[in-house]
Amino acid sequence: MTTLSRFEIHQPTCALEASQMLAHYGEEAGIYAGGTELLLAMKHSALNYRHLIDLKVVPGLNSIDMRNGSLEIGATSTHRSIERSPNVQQHQPALAEMESQVANVRVRATGTLGGNLCFAEPHSDPATLLLVLGGSVKIESAAGAREIPVSELIAGAYASNLQPGEILTKITVPSAKPTHRSAYMKFQIHERPTLGLGLWLDTPDEGRTFTSARVAVGCVCPFPTRGLNAEKLLTGSHADVEKRLSEAADAIADAADLLDDHEGSAEYKRHLIHVFLQRVFRKALGESLA
Amino acid sequence: MNVSFELNGKQTTLEIEQRESLAEVLRGRCRLTGVKISCEAQVCGSCTVLVDDLPVSACTLLAYEVRGKRVTTIEGLADDSGRLHPLQQAFLDHFSFQCGYCTPGMILAAKALLDENSAATDAEIVAHMNGNLCRCTGYLPILKAIRQAANQLRGQK
Repeated sequence: MTTLSRFEIHQPTCALEASQMLAHYGEEAGIYAGGTELLLAMKHSALNYRHLIDLKVVPGLNSIDMRNGSLEIGATSTHRSIERSPNVQQHQPALAEMESQVANVRVRATGTLGGNLCFAEPHSDPATLLLVLGGSVKIESAAGAREIPVSELIAGAYASNLQPGEILTKITVPSAKPTHRSAYMKFQIHERPTLGLGLWLDTPDEGRTFTSARVAVGCVCPFPTRGLNAEKLLTGSHADVEKRLSEAADAIADAADLLDDHEGSAEYKRHLIHVFLQRVFRKALGESLA
Repeated sequence: MNVSFELNGKQTTLEIEQRESLAEVLRGRCRLTGVKISCEAQVCGSCTVLVDDLPVSACTLLAYEVRGKRVTTIEGLADDSGRLHPLQQAFLDHFSFQCGYCTPGMILAAKALLDENSAATDAEIVAHMNGNLCRCTGYLPILKAIRQAANQLRGQK
Protein backbone atom coordinates (compact mmCIF):
# COMPACT_ATOMS: atom_id res chain seq x y z
CA MET A 1 0.00 0.00 0.00
CA THR A 2 1.35 3.42 -0.91
CA THR A 3 1.98 5.56 2.15
CA LEU A 4 1.84 9.31 1.74
CA SER A 5 4.69 11.54 2.86
CA ARG A 6 4.04 13.39 6.10
CA PHE A 7 1.99 16.54 6.04
CA GLU A 8 0.08 18.67 8.49
CA ILE A 9 -3.62 19.45 8.02
CA HIS A 10 -4.79 22.93 8.93
CA GLN A 11 -8.41 23.85 9.65
CA PRO A 12 -9.26 27.45 8.69
CA THR A 13 -12.44 29.00 10.08
CA CYS A 14 -13.18 31.13 7.01
CA ALA A 15 -12.02 31.57 3.41
CA LEU A 16 -9.89 34.56 4.37
CA GLU A 17 -8.01 32.53 6.98
CA ALA A 18 -7.52 29.76 4.41
CA SER A 19 -6.07 32.32 2.03
CA GLN A 20 -3.74 33.64 4.74
CA MET A 21 -2.57 30.09 5.53
CA LEU A 22 -1.97 29.46 1.84
CA ALA A 23 0.04 32.67 1.53
CA HIS A 24 1.96 31.90 4.73
CA TYR A 25 3.11 28.42 3.73
CA GLY A 26 3.61 29.31 0.07
CA GLU A 27 4.61 26.49 -2.25
CA GLU A 28 4.64 23.98 0.60
CA ALA A 29 0.86 24.24 0.96
CA GLY A 30 -2.12 23.12 -1.05
CA ILE A 31 -5.87 23.44 -0.66
CA TYR A 32 -7.49 20.18 0.37
CA ALA A 33 -11.08 20.16 -0.85
CA GLY A 34 -11.94 16.46 -1.22
CA GLY A 35 -8.68 14.78 -2.04
CA THR A 36 -9.87 12.61 -4.89
CA GLU A 37 -7.25 14.06 -7.23
CA LEU A 38 -4.87 15.80 -4.82
CA LEU A 39 -4.08 12.68 -2.78
CA LEU A 40 -3.49 10.62 -5.93
CA ALA A 41 -1.00 13.21 -7.16
CA MET A 42 0.67 13.16 -3.73
CA LYS A 43 0.84 9.35 -3.73
CA HIS A 44 2.82 9.55 -6.94
CA SER A 45 4.94 12.47 -5.65
CA ALA A 46 3.65 14.65 -8.47
CA LEU A 47 2.81 17.08 -5.66
CA ASN A 48 4.69 17.20 -2.37
CA TYR A 49 2.77 19.50 -0.03
CA ARG A 50 3.90 19.64 3.60
CA HIS A 51 0.73 21.52 4.58
CA LEU A 52 -2.84 20.81 3.52
CA ILE A 53 -5.46 23.47 4.19
CA ASP A 54 -8.79 21.74 4.70
CA LEU A 55 -11.33 23.95 2.98
CA LYS A 56 -14.15 21.46 3.74
CA VAL A 57 -14.28 22.54 7.38
CA VAL A 58 -15.03 26.16 6.49
CA PRO A 59 -18.71 26.69 7.36
CA GLY A 60 -21.08 27.61 4.55
CA LEU A 61 -18.77 26.71 1.66
CA ASN A 62 -20.88 23.69 0.69
CA SER A 63 -24.23 25.40 0.27
CA ILE A 64 -26.24 25.34 -2.97
CA ASP A 65 -28.67 28.24 -3.41
CA MET A 66 -30.67 30.00 -6.12
CA ARG A 67 -29.97 33.74 -6.10
CA ASN A 68 -30.77 36.36 -8.76
CA GLY A 69 -31.60 33.75 -11.38
CA SER A 70 -28.42 31.77 -10.88
CA LEU A 71 -27.34 28.73 -8.96
CA GLU A 72 -24.67 29.58 -6.42
CA ILE A 73 -22.71 26.46 -5.56
CA GLY A 74 -20.21 26.54 -2.71
CA ALA A 75 -16.77 25.30 -3.72
CA THR A 76 -16.78 22.32 -1.34
CA SER A 77 -20.15 20.98 -2.51
CA THR A 78 -19.61 17.35 -3.44
CA HIS A 79 -20.58 16.01 -6.85
CA ARG A 80 -23.21 13.93 -5.08
CA SER A 81 -24.75 16.88 -3.28
CA ILE A 82 -25.01 18.79 -6.59
CA GLU A 83 -26.48 15.74 -8.34
CA ARG A 84 -29.10 15.41 -5.57
CA SER A 85 -29.82 19.12 -5.04
CA PRO A 86 -33.49 19.93 -5.81
CA ASN A 87 -32.34 23.44 -6.78
CA VAL A 88 -29.92 22.07 -9.38
CA GLN A 89 -32.34 19.42 -10.64
CA GLN A 90 -35.01 22.08 -11.13
CA HIS A 91 -32.99 25.02 -12.41
CA GLN A 92 -30.14 23.41 -14.37
CA PRO A 93 -31.03 19.75 -15.00
CA ALA A 94 -28.14 19.24 -17.46
CA LEU A 95 -25.73 20.03 -14.61
CA ALA A 96 -27.46 17.58 -12.24
CA GLU A 97 -27.37 14.84 -14.88
CA MET A 98 -23.70 15.40 -15.69
CA GLU A 99 -22.82 15.34 -11.98
CA SER A 100 -24.67 12.03 -11.59
CA GLN A 101 -22.18 10.53 -14.04
CA VAL A 102 -18.86 11.94 -12.81
CA ALA A 103 -16.35 9.12 -12.23
CA ASN A 104 -18.05 6.68 -9.81
CA VAL A 105 -20.20 6.75 -6.65
CA ARG A 106 -17.18 6.88 -4.35
CA VAL A 107 -15.58 9.83 -6.09
CA ARG A 108 -18.95 11.61 -6.20
CA ALA A 109 -19.37 11.14 -2.44
CA THR A 110 -16.09 12.86 -1.60
CA GLY A 111 -14.92 14.91 -4.60
CA THR A 112 -15.96 18.55 -4.77
CA LEU A 113 -16.80 20.81 -7.70
CA GLY A 114 -14.35 23.52 -6.60
CA GLY A 115 -11.56 20.97 -6.26
CA ASN A 116 -12.35 19.50 -9.65
CA LEU A 117 -12.17 22.88 -11.38
CA CYS A 118 -8.99 24.04 -9.62
CA PHE A 119 -7.20 20.77 -10.34
CA ALA A 120 -7.96 21.29 -14.07
CA GLU A 121 -7.69 17.61 -14.94
CA PRO A 122 -8.08 17.49 -18.73
CA HIS A 123 -10.81 14.84 -18.34
CA SER A 124 -13.02 16.96 -16.09
CA ASP A 125 -16.68 16.56 -17.01
CA PRO A 126 -17.89 19.62 -15.05
CA ALA A 127 -15.48 22.09 -16.65
CA THR A 128 -16.59 21.20 -20.19
CA LEU A 129 -20.29 21.56 -19.39
CA LEU A 130 -19.78 24.77 -17.37
CA LEU A 131 -18.10 26.37 -20.41
CA VAL A 132 -21.36 26.08 -22.36
CA LEU A 133 -23.68 26.85 -19.45
CA GLY A 134 -21.83 30.13 -18.87
CA GLY A 135 -20.44 29.22 -15.45
CA SER A 136 -18.24 31.58 -13.50
CA VAL A 137 -16.22 31.29 -10.32
CA LYS A 138 -15.64 33.58 -7.35
CA ILE A 139 -12.04 33.83 -6.21
CA GLU A 140 -11.11 35.28 -2.84
CA SER A 141 -7.90 36.30 -1.14
CA ALA A 142 -6.67 38.85 1.37
CA ALA A 143 -6.50 41.29 -1.55
CA GLY A 144 -10.24 40.98 -2.18
CA ALA A 145 -12.63 39.02 -4.36
CA ARG A 146 -12.99 38.68 -8.13
CA GLU A 147 -15.31 36.74 -10.39
CA ILE A 148 -14.14 35.21 -13.68
CA PRO A 149 -15.66 32.85 -16.25
CA VAL A 150 -14.70 29.18 -15.93
CA SER A 151 -12.85 29.53 -19.26
CA GLU A 152 -10.46 32.03 -17.62
CA LEU A 153 -9.90 29.83 -14.59
CA ILE A 154 -8.37 27.03 -16.62
CA ALA A 155 -4.86 27.77 -17.83
CA GLY A 156 -3.96 24.35 -19.22
CA ALA A 157 -3.63 20.70 -18.29
CA TYR A 158 -3.54 20.55 -14.47
CA ALA A 159 -3.05 24.31 -14.33
CA SER A 160 -5.39 27.02 -13.08
CA ASN A 161 -5.01 30.79 -13.18
CA LEU A 162 -5.30 31.11 -9.41
CA GLN A 163 -2.64 33.45 -8.02
CA PRO A 164 -0.71 32.65 -4.82
CA GLY A 165 -3.06 32.88 -1.84
CA GLU A 166 -6.20 32.84 -3.98
CA ILE A 167 -9.05 30.44 -3.22
CA LEU A 168 -12.02 29.48 -5.33
CA THR A 169 -15.05 29.82 -3.05
CA LYS A 170 -18.14 29.70 -5.27
CA ILE A 171 -19.34 28.54 -8.68
CA THR A 172 -22.19 30.49 -10.27
CA VAL A 173 -24.28 28.89 -13.01
CA PRO A 174 -27.11 30.78 -14.71
CA SER A 175 -30.36 28.84 -14.43
CA ALA A 176 -31.85 27.29 -17.56
CA LYS A 177 -34.51 29.44 -19.25
CA PRO A 178 -37.50 27.85 -21.03
CA THR A 179 -35.85 28.68 -24.39
CA HIS A 180 -32.58 26.94 -23.49
CA ARG A 181 -31.66 23.42 -24.55
CA SER A 182 -28.50 21.84 -23.27
CA ALA A 183 -26.84 18.47 -22.85
CA TYR A 184 -23.55 16.84 -21.99
CA MET A 185 -22.41 13.46 -23.25
CA LYS A 186 -19.23 11.51 -22.82
CA PHE A 187 -17.61 8.45 -24.33
CA GLN A 188 -15.70 6.22 -21.97
CA ILE A 189 -14.02 2.85 -22.28
CA HIS A 190 -11.00 3.54 -20.06
CA GLU A 191 -10.59 4.76 -16.47
CA ARG A 192 -11.39 8.28 -17.58
CA PRO A 193 -13.58 9.57 -20.41
CA THR A 194 -12.03 9.69 -23.89
CA LEU A 195 -14.37 12.49 -24.97
CA GLY A 196 -16.75 14.92 -23.30
CA LEU A 197 -19.01 17.19 -25.33
CA GLY A 198 -21.30 19.93 -24.02
CA LEU A 199 -23.88 21.81 -26.09
CA TRP A 200 -26.13 24.75 -25.21
CA LEU A 201 -28.71 26.20 -27.60
CA ASP A 202 -31.15 29.09 -27.34
CA THR A 203 -34.34 28.57 -29.31
CA PRO A 204 -37.27 30.99 -29.16
CA ASP A 205 -39.61 28.63 -31.04
CA GLU A 206 -39.35 25.13 -29.56
CA GLY A 207 -36.34 24.04 -31.59
CA ARG A 208 -37.26 25.32 -35.06
CA THR A 209 -34.50 27.94 -35.03
CA PHE A 210 -31.45 28.53 -32.89
CA THR A 211 -30.48 32.12 -32.17
CA SER A 212 -27.42 31.33 -30.12
CA ALA A 213 -25.22 28.30 -29.47
CA ARG A 214 -22.27 27.29 -27.31
CA VAL A 215 -20.32 24.07 -27.71
CA ALA A 216 -17.25 22.77 -25.86
CA VAL A 217 -15.17 19.63 -26.03
CA GLY A 218 -13.03 18.08 -23.30
CA CYS A 219 -10.78 15.05 -22.66
CA VAL A 220 -9.52 14.92 -26.27
CA CYS A 221 -7.35 17.98 -25.68
CA PRO A 222 -5.21 19.43 -22.83
CA PHE A 223 -8.09 21.55 -21.50
CA PRO A 224 -11.82 21.95 -22.25
CA THR A 225 -12.16 24.09 -25.34
CA ARG A 226 -15.03 26.09 -26.85
CA GLY A 227 -15.62 25.67 -30.58
CA LEU A 228 -16.28 29.34 -31.37
CA ASN A 229 -16.41 28.89 -35.14
CA ALA A 230 -18.65 25.87 -34.71
CA GLU A 231 -21.06 27.96 -32.65
CA LYS A 232 -21.77 30.18 -35.68
CA LEU A 233 -22.60 27.06 -37.71
CA LEU A 234 -24.97 25.90 -34.97
CA THR A 235 -27.26 28.94 -35.26
CA GLY A 236 -30.04 29.22 -37.83
CA SER A 237 -32.95 26.98 -38.73
CA HIS A 238 -33.07 23.44 -37.36
CA ALA A 239 -32.76 22.06 -40.91
CA ASP A 240 -29.73 24.20 -41.73
CA VAL A 241 -28.00 23.43 -38.45
CA GLU A 242 -28.60 19.73 -38.91
CA LYS A 243 -26.99 19.91 -42.36
CA ARG A 244 -23.99 21.75 -40.93
CA LEU A 245 -23.35 19.40 -37.99
CA SER A 246 -20.50 17.66 -39.78
CA GLU A 247 -18.88 20.98 -40.68
CA ALA A 248 -19.38 22.14 -37.08
CA ALA A 249 -17.75 18.96 -35.75
CA ASP A 250 -14.67 19.71 -37.86
CA ALA A 251 -14.66 23.27 -36.54
CA ILE A 252 -14.70 21.96 -32.95
CA ALA A 253 -11.88 19.53 -33.75
CA ASP A 254 -9.89 22.36 -35.39
CA ALA A 255 -10.32 24.58 -32.31
CA ALA A 256 -9.16 21.87 -29.90
CA ASP A 257 -5.55 20.77 -29.66
CA LEU A 258 -6.40 17.10 -30.28
CA LEU A 259 -3.96 14.76 -28.58
CA ASP A 260 -2.47 11.52 -29.86
CA ASP A 261 -2.31 9.40 -26.73
CA HIS A 262 -3.20 6.02 -25.23
CA GLU A 263 -6.89 6.85 -25.63
CA GLY A 264 -6.52 7.13 -29.39
CA SER A 265 -5.15 9.14 -32.26
CA ALA A 266 -6.15 12.71 -33.03
CA GLU A 267 -7.92 11.38 -36.12
CA TYR A 268 -9.95 8.97 -33.99
CA LYS A 269 -10.91 11.79 -31.63
CA ARG A 270 -12.03 13.93 -34.55
CA HIS A 271 -14.26 11.02 -35.58
CA LEU A 272 -15.69 10.81 -32.06
CA ILE A 273 -16.53 14.53 -32.15
CA HIS A 274 -18.50 13.93 -35.37
CA VAL A 275 -20.45 11.04 -33.84
CA PHE A 276 -21.11 12.74 -30.53
CA LEU A 277 -22.08 16.15 -31.91
CA GLN A 278 -24.92 14.40 -33.74
CA ARG A 279 -25.94 12.63 -30.54
CA VAL A 280 -25.63 15.58 -28.17
CA PHE A 281 -27.66 17.74 -30.60
CA ARG A 282 -30.51 15.21 -30.50
CA LYS A 283 -30.19 14.77 -26.76
CA ALA A 284 -30.34 18.52 -26.12
CA LEU A 285 -33.54 18.71 -28.17
CA GLY A 286 -35.05 15.68 -26.46
CA GLU A 287 -35.06 13.74 -29.73
CA SER A 288 -34.54 10.00 -29.99
CA LEU A 289 -30.88 9.01 -30.28
CA ALA A 290 -31.67 6.02 -32.50
CA MET B 1 -4.05 13.09 16.26
CA ASN B 2 -6.91 11.20 17.92
CA VAL B 3 -9.86 10.18 15.77
CA SER B 4 -13.11 8.99 17.33
CA PHE B 5 -15.65 7.25 15.16
CA GLU B 6 -18.15 4.42 15.15
CA LEU B 7 -16.63 1.31 13.57
CA ASN B 8 -19.10 -1.45 12.72
CA GLY B 9 -21.38 -0.27 15.51
CA LYS B 10 -18.68 0.18 18.16
CA GLN B 11 -17.38 3.54 19.35
CA THR B 12 -13.66 3.62 18.60
CA THR B 13 -10.85 6.09 19.29
CA LEU B 14 -7.50 5.70 17.57
CA GLU B 15 -4.29 7.66 17.49
CA ILE B 16 -3.54 8.18 13.81
CA GLU B 17 -1.14 10.10 11.63
CA GLN B 18 -2.84 12.66 9.42
CA ARG B 19 -1.24 11.16 6.32
CA GLU B 20 -2.76 7.71 6.92
CA SER B 21 -5.47 6.46 4.60
CA LEU B 22 -8.58 4.88 6.04
CA ALA B 23 -7.49 1.59 4.44
CA GLU B 24 -4.13 1.69 6.22
CA VAL B 25 -5.84 2.26 9.56
CA LEU B 26 -8.58 -0.33 9.05
CA ARG B 27 -6.26 -3.05 7.74
CA GLY B 28 -3.13 -2.30 9.76
CA ARG B 29 -4.52 -1.30 13.14
CA CYS B 30 -8.04 -2.67 13.27
CA ARG B 31 -7.12 -5.90 11.44
CA LEU B 32 -10.15 -5.55 9.20
CA THR B 33 -8.55 -7.18 6.18
CA GLY B 34 -11.83 -7.43 4.31
CA VAL B 35 -10.82 -3.97 3.06
CA LYS B 36 -8.93 -4.98 -0.09
CA ILE B 37 -6.29 -2.84 -1.77
CA SER B 38 -5.85 -2.99 -5.51
CA CYS B 39 -5.66 0.02 -7.85
CA GLU B 40 -5.10 2.65 -5.13
CA ALA B 41 -6.57 5.22 -7.51
CA GLN B 42 -10.31 5.16 -6.76
CA VAL B 43 -10.99 3.24 -9.96
CA CYS B 44 -11.52 -0.41 -9.02
CA GLY B 45 -13.70 -0.29 -5.88
CA SER B 46 -12.07 -3.20 -4.04
CA CYS B 47 -11.39 -0.96 -1.00
CA THR B 48 -14.99 0.31 -0.80
CA VAL B 49 -16.24 0.93 2.73
CA LEU B 50 -19.24 2.94 3.90
CA VAL B 51 -18.83 6.24 5.73
CA ASP B 52 -22.15 7.50 7.05
CA ASP B 53 -23.78 5.00 4.64
CA LEU B 54 -22.02 6.37 1.54
CA PRO B 55 -19.46 4.29 -0.37
CA VAL B 56 -15.93 5.71 -0.38
CA SER B 57 -12.50 4.49 -1.50
CA ALA B 58 -10.66 3.69 1.74
CA CYS B 59 -7.36 3.63 -0.21
CA THR B 60 -7.55 7.36 -0.91
CA LEU B 61 -9.75 8.76 1.85
CA LEU B 62 -7.70 10.02 4.78
CA ALA B 63 -8.62 8.39 8.10
CA TYR B 64 -8.79 11.99 9.36
CA GLU B 65 -12.08 12.30 7.44
CA VAL B 66 -14.04 9.81 9.54
CA ARG B 67 -13.90 11.79 12.79
CA GLY B 68 -17.36 11.69 14.32
CA LYS B 69 -18.70 9.44 11.55
CA ARG B 70 -19.94 5.87 11.14
CA VAL B 71 -17.68 3.44 9.25
CA THR B 72 -18.97 0.09 8.01
CA THR B 73 -16.74 -2.64 6.60
CA ILE B 74 -17.69 -6.10 5.36
CA GLU B 75 -16.88 -7.45 8.84
CA GLY B 76 -19.78 -5.40 10.22
CA LEU B 77 -22.53 -6.79 8.00
CA ALA B 78 -23.45 -10.12 9.58
CA ASP B 79 -25.57 -9.85 12.75
CA ASP B 80 -24.30 -10.81 16.20
CA SER B 81 -25.42 -14.42 15.80
CA GLY B 82 -23.37 -14.68 12.61
CA ARG B 83 -26.37 -14.63 10.28
CA LEU B 84 -25.28 -13.14 6.97
CA HIS B 85 -26.71 -9.94 5.52
CA PRO B 86 -29.12 -10.70 2.62
CA LEU B 87 -26.52 -9.38 0.16
CA GLN B 88 -23.83 -11.71 1.52
CA GLN B 89 -26.20 -14.67 1.29
CA ALA B 90 -27.28 -13.69 -2.22
CA PHE B 91 -23.64 -13.49 -3.38
CA LEU B 92 -23.18 -17.06 -2.09
CA ASP B 93 -26.44 -18.27 -3.65
CA HIS B 94 -25.53 -16.93 -7.09
CA PHE B 95 -21.80 -17.74 -6.86
CA SER B 96 -21.18 -14.07 -7.56
CA PHE B 97 -17.41 -14.35 -7.16
CA GLN B 98 -14.51 -16.53 -8.13
CA CYS B 99 -11.35 -15.13 -6.61
CA GLY B 100 -13.45 -13.02 -4.21
CA TYR B 101 -11.11 -10.04 -4.11
CA CYS B 102 -13.72 -7.52 -5.29
CA THR B 103 -16.54 -9.05 -3.24
CA PRO B 104 -16.39 -6.97 -0.02
CA GLY B 105 -16.39 -3.77 -2.06
CA MET B 106 -19.18 -5.05 -4.31
CA ILE B 107 -21.38 -5.96 -1.36
CA LEU B 108 -20.81 -2.66 0.45
CA ALA B 109 -21.43 -0.59 -2.69
CA ALA B 110 -24.64 -2.55 -3.29
CA LYS B 111 -25.69 -2.09 0.34
CA ALA B 112 -25.42 1.69 -0.03
CA LEU B 113 -27.74 1.52 -3.03
CA LEU B 114 -30.31 -0.84 -1.53
CA ASP B 115 -30.42 1.01 1.81
CA GLU B 116 -31.45 4.06 -0.18
CA ASN B 117 -33.58 2.37 -2.83
CA SER B 118 -34.42 -1.31 -2.51
CA ALA B 119 -36.64 -0.96 -5.61
CA ALA B 120 -33.67 -0.06 -7.84
CA THR B 121 -34.08 -1.12 -11.48
CA ASP B 122 -31.41 -3.14 -13.28
CA ALA B 123 -30.29 0.05 -15.03
CA GLU B 124 -29.98 1.84 -11.68
CA ILE B 125 -28.05 -1.08 -10.19
CA VAL B 126 -25.63 -1.13 -13.14
CA ALA B 127 -25.16 2.67 -13.06
CA HIS B 128 -24.47 2.57 -9.32
CA MET B 129 -22.08 -0.40 -9.52
CA ASN B 130 -20.12 0.67 -12.60
CA GLY B 131 -17.18 1.85 -10.48
CA ASN B 132 -16.67 -1.59 -8.91
CA LEU B 133 -14.64 -3.84 -11.17
CA CYS B 134 -14.67 -7.66 -11.26
CA ARG B 135 -12.34 -9.58 -13.53
CA CYS B 136 -13.83 -13.05 -12.85
CA THR B 137 -17.58 -13.19 -13.09
CA GLY B 138 -18.65 -11.11 -16.06
CA TYR B 139 -20.94 -9.23 -13.65
CA LEU B 140 -24.19 -11.09 -14.39
CA PRO B 141 -24.09 -13.21 -11.20
CA ILE B 142 -23.42 -10.02 -9.24
CA LEU B 143 -26.46 -8.33 -10.78
CA LYS B 144 -28.58 -11.39 -10.00
CA ALA B 145 -27.43 -11.41 -6.38
CA ILE B 146 -28.22 -7.72 -5.91
CA ARG B 147 -31.66 -8.27 -7.45
CA GLN B 148 -32.33 -11.16 -5.06
CA ALA B 149 -31.22 -9.17 -2.01
CA ALA B 150 -33.32 -6.21 -3.15
CA ASN B 151 -36.40 -8.44 -3.36
CA GLN B 152 -35.70 -9.83 0.07
CA LEU B 153 -35.07 -6.43 1.66
CA ARG B 154 -38.28 -5.08 0.11
CA GLY B 155 -40.17 -8.03 1.61
CA GLN B 156 -38.80 -7.21 5.06
CA LYS B 157 -40.07 -3.64 4.98
